[in-house]
Amino acid sequence: MTAAGPGPGEENRARWLIRGVTIPGAGGPGSRVTDILLGGGSIAAIGSGLDQAGARVLDADGLIALPGLVDLHTHLREPGREDAETVETGTAAAALGGYAAVHAMANTDPVADTAGVVEQVWRLGRTAGHCDVQPVGAVTVGLAGARLAELGTMADSAARVRVFSDDGRCVSDPLLMRRALEYVKAFDGVIAQHAQDPRLTEGAQLNEGEMSARLGLAGWPAVAEEAIIARDCLLAAHVGSALHVCHVSTAGSAEIIRWAKSKGWRVTAEVTPHHLLLTDEFAAGYDPVFKVNPPLRTEADVAELRRALADGTIDCVATDHAPHPVEAKETEWAEAAFGMTGLETALRAVHRAMVDTGLLDWHGVADRMSVRPARIGRLTGHGAPLAVGGPANLTLYDPAAPAEAVTSAGASKSRNTPFAGMELPGRVVATFLRGVPTVLDGKLA
Amino acid sequence: MKRHLISAADLSRADAVLILDTAEELASLADRPIKKLPTLRGRTVVNLFYEDSTRTRISFEAAAKRLSADVINFSAKGSSVAKGESLKDTALTLEAMGADAVVIRHGASGAAHRLAGWVRGSVLNAGDGTHEHPTQALLDAFTIRRRLKGVGTPGTSGTSGARGAGLDGIRVTIVGDVLHSRVARSNVLLLSTLGAEVTLAAPPTLLPLAVGSWPCAVSYDLDGELPKSDVVMMLRVQQERMTAAYFPSVREYSRRYGLDASRMARLPEHAIVMHPGPMNRGVEIAAEVADSVRSTIVEQVANGVTTRMAVLYLLLGGTEFPATELPAVAR
Repeated sequence: MTAAGPGPGEENRARWLIRGVTIPGAGGPGSRVTDILLGGGSIAAIGSGLDQAGARVLDADGLIALPGLVDLHTHLREPGREDAETVETGTAAAALGGYAAVHAMANTDPVADTAGVVEQVWRLGRTAGHCDVQPVGAVTVGLAGARLAELGTMADSAARVRVFSDDGRCVSDPLLMRRALEYVKAFDGVIAQHAQDPRLTEGAQLNEGEMSARLGLAGWPAVAEEAIIARDCLLAAHVGSALHVCHVSTAGSAEIIRWAKSKGWRVTAEVTPHHLLLTDEFAAGYDPVFKVNPPLRTEADVAELRRALADGTIDCVATDHAPHPVEAKETEWAEAAFGMTGLETALRAVHRAMVDTGLLDWHGVADRMSVRPARIGRLTGHGAPLAVGGPANLTLYDPAAPAEAVTSAGASKSRNTPFAGMELPGRVVATFLRGVPTVLDGKLA
Repeated sequence: MKRHLISAADLSRADAVLILDTAEELASLADRPIKKLPTLRGRTVVNLFYEDSTRTRISFEAAAKRLSADVINFSAKGSSVAKGESLKDTALTLEAMGADAVVIRHGASGAAHRLAGWVRGSVLNAGDGTHEHPTQALLDAFTIRRRLKGVGTPGTSGTSGARGAGLDGIRVTIVGDVLHSRVARSNVLLLSTLGAEVTLAAPPTLLPLAVGSWPCAVSYDLDGELPKSDVVMMLRVQQERMTAAYFPSVREYSRRYGLDASRMARLPEHAIVMHPGPMNRGVEIAAEVADSVRSTIVEQVANGVTTRMAVLYLLLGGTEFPATELPAVAR
């Protein structure tokens, strides 16, 4: 990985020749080793022995090239909780994790429920420049679940909002959910639901099962998620709109989504890296770093979520990156905040959960972490398979890098990674956003 | 034994029997005019109580003082906790003051576990949320063993030889709000470790969904269990459960799961009735049952002090109770 060529300051105009990189093809054997030339923000050429005149060269021997990753579910915390994360630090973490675009969730303070706030977040993303920031708009005013936010105004704003979510809260009122689904049809929007029946989860702390019974933590039943998903699938079908299910965490949820898709309904879903890798057993020491909403579930759920991601029932991986300051986690379990960081570890976690297990090849990973999330987010300029003329958004990953223990120190302002100390394989080497490196040699460019 | 006592699951059968035997030794102290041992002189025990629990705090305080430890009572009210100090900061403060043991009562499950990660001294869980209350289970086991297996050493006249014994074959029925009960969790673990056969009797709404994974039997029918029970342990019904749809009404709960005189009559002759206190007379237990000769409720309180002395002694003083020390003082 040696970079040679024009010095810093000229990156914006520089062309990059990525030499000897592997582009994973469908079914593995379709993979090819080739050079990729980036210029003018696009992929200028793909092939061997490309002309390198004037281009900086990145020796990518042994690396794989994925279309720049897209996260559908990121909490950047700005405005309001800049002690936990800012757009600057969160997008830096995203770039280091291989992301070219993130969807910033609406539960900020003030809530992203007006054109003003979504445009502010969008502009902060442009200024930071580490990756594209696509704001998500709130479904209801103040996430209060009482009346619709100005969805159309946010859609028409400079931020071009298409995904709406009260994430962190469930739009539990069935009538309001119906109206929201119906209303966003006018501008090809999608409602991303945080599926959690509020009554069934009052005071809930941990997946309801053996662990919650043993630890004396109030149980969080799977049915609280599944009942809302089933209802929402039926509502989406009824009004012919698009539903996206956030952070699916149970085997039963996957089954309901599989059924809804078999009907041809417009339902998509995401799963987080932590729900693909961790179980409620991790709560045994009451360390709130493992406290998350929805909660970690059982081994059987993890196995089914992996299968569902592999067969496409669950469309994509989304991080639900939820940074919290140290004091929000260094406390009793019940007092602690819900959430885990994830941007910097997502690809490695998926490597372990899906690739090492043989459930997905790298072509599949590209589909689940870039192509499909971009499509669900209605993001133009992202998630296109690597092809000449396409956007030069790329993630270069070293799948052979020896498994290394995750450290909690990173670009994110917060340290609440559940993977700290855990060995995960692989390494993100470089990330390119419209032909410009945001990460080189595993460091911010 | 481990350095901390956080869960009854931390105790092997040998550990548990050692604690009960040690408590048995210490019980003889209680009848003497001078109840104090010098064992923990110079050691500091902090009672860190985030919940009001006069009886448990006093019990630990008496236990520590009878072992000559210095006792510091730290209750959430009137301390810096009320001003929003975190558990961790409080732990570091206690650490700096050189606490050898911290007895913690806290409303959050796992608080004792967390505390153990922040202090060097021993942590004794005196009840954490709806998780566990291991010393309550130990005093209950001690009470059961004394009542049903006798007192003292094998061969000593007038005893059946409880020392060294577990609770093998004893059938214990725990009745009531198991779901929210730290007493029930610790008792299921400890009593089964000691060989007792535990049955939980409760309405399905007050049992954990995954109760099938516990080392006990489950029944919804209290009346069916009573004739088979050597011990009936009644759990307190908390006020807040009464309005949260766990059961239709207090009257119905009492009718189906309360222990009144006619139910008590179904028990075998030798069976005992226990309650960890405080009781709701007329709800889970009728006054004539609570005050009957079968009731061990007052005994449990007395046994609490001796059992907690044994635990403090073993956690702070050494691995085994030296039989020579007690006579040297008591003689």
